[in-house]
Amino acid sequence: MIRPHLKPGFLAAMLHRLSGIALAVFLPMHFIALGMALGGADSLQSFLGVTHNAFVRTAEWGLVTALGLHMALGLRVLAIELFAVRERSALVVSACVACSLTVGLLFLLNGS
Amino acid sequence: MDAQNSTHGGASHPPDAMTVEVWRGDRGGAFQNFAVPRRENQTVLDVVTEIQRTHDATLSYRFACRVGMCGSCAMIVNGRPRWTCRTRVDQLEAGPIRLEPLRNLPIVKDLAVDMAPFFDKWRDAHGYFEPGEQPPADFAVVAPDSAERAAADEGIECINCGICYSACDVVSWNEDYLGPAALNRAWTLVNDVRDRGQDDRLAAVSGDAGCHSCHTHMSCTEFCPKALSPTYSIAGLKRATVKRAWKRRR
Amino acid sequence: MNAGLYIAQRGTAVILAFAVTVHLVTIIYAIRGGLTAGDILARTHGNRWFLGFYLVFVLAAAIHAPIGVRSILREWATWRGRSLDLAMLAFSALLLVLGVRAALAVYLT
Repeated sequence: MIRPHLKPGFLAAMLHRLSGIALAVFLPMHFIALGMALGGADSLQSFLGVTHNAFVRTAEWGLVTALGLHMALGLRVLAIELFAVRERSALVVSACVACSLTVGLLFLLNGS
Repeated sequence: MDAQNSTHGGASHPPDAMTVEVWRGDRGGAFQNFAVPRRENQTVLDVVTEIQRTHDATLSYRFACRVGMCGSCAMIVNGRPRWTCRTRVDQLEAGPIRLEPLRNLPIVKDLAVDMAPFFDKWRDAHGYFEPGEQPPADFAVVAPDSAERAAADEGIECINCGICYSACDVVSWNEDYLGPAALNRAWTLVNDVRDRGQDDRLAAVSGDAGCHSCHTHMSCTEFCPKALSPTYSIAGLKRATVKRAWKRRR
Repeated sequence: MNAGLYIAQRGTAVILAFAVTVHLVTIIYAIRGGLTAGDILARTHGNRWFLGFYLVFVLAAAIHAPIGVRSILREWATWRGRSLDLAMLAFSALLLVLGVRAALAVYLT
């Protein structure tokens, strides 16, 4: 049994995969919510109003962070694969996580 | 020897002894504990050898050169795939030493695994030189500092020890995946300008079993005792297979 | 996975990198401005640039996500074969249909 090694490459891959799963599950719901606009602005607004509680805000924050995380770590993979960047440091992975947490925080701090 | 007891011949526990948990049997086996005295400059290979010679002659394990050249002694030490001859006991963490056979390969007995699947995948990845129908009459002239040769030389020192294959999570999740060693070798051959089997090789390393299934965990690069980087070789294969697919589209 | 799917996934990844950046900036800008749903819809109504952008976004996501999910299901759920490929095509179609509907909803109202 290989001990779960908290090495940068492994952690980056797991965060990338888990955030991808979260986004894949969320995206259809997001599309459905937006589709409610077909019922007019009121329909969308009331739907958003109903769903605007702490639980939903947390979920929205989670998804914005997941999106940022998936993209940042994805760009790292593209750099390694496409541009033959020799990347294997905790620094770069930490920077990716930090950037996505920043985006999430910006989202959280500006919402009502 | 009773599988339940630590073996110390009935005498009191030696003062400077450590507990060694060793896998016995095949996949359905269990750990057996031994008490082995600490010695100066001890390697894990020394420990296993002492167990086999003085405690339990039925223990099966592999080694050959014992100086870090052949890769035969590879096994899992405290959860990490390593060469036991190059693992010093005084550099392990405190506590019992746990020894297991390499992961992702069938266990023959105790600490010895069947390397056949590993070499089958080497072959399946076209990890062999293909001279072509009409090999040239004279030697090829290949500049050592040319880009292709430099890329090949980076990965050429692999001695097929199986550590990367055991470290790789994708190999455990996807039994068809060719694995880091086979793909690394394929990359060195992709960069061999004399080779005439490039198209077939690139086809062989594509697909669910091939380079496209690597998720850049980098466990292979992390654990390779020769400091090779199969991750970057596989990234090279991804680029090469994309170029090939792009050309074939036209 | 094969070279074709790999190219599709990495290619749409690059497209999505641009689209997601624009999208996140837009969302945070909208939230900072305290825009309501009505405000946002007013800005997107009849706006061909918005529609074009979001249709490209939806198409790229509908290609990118199922290829990624396919790897996860193969490796963690040990689902193999034709049925998995068909399920992923269905997932792609779902994203495409719902996504185009959402983009049109925002454009038309």
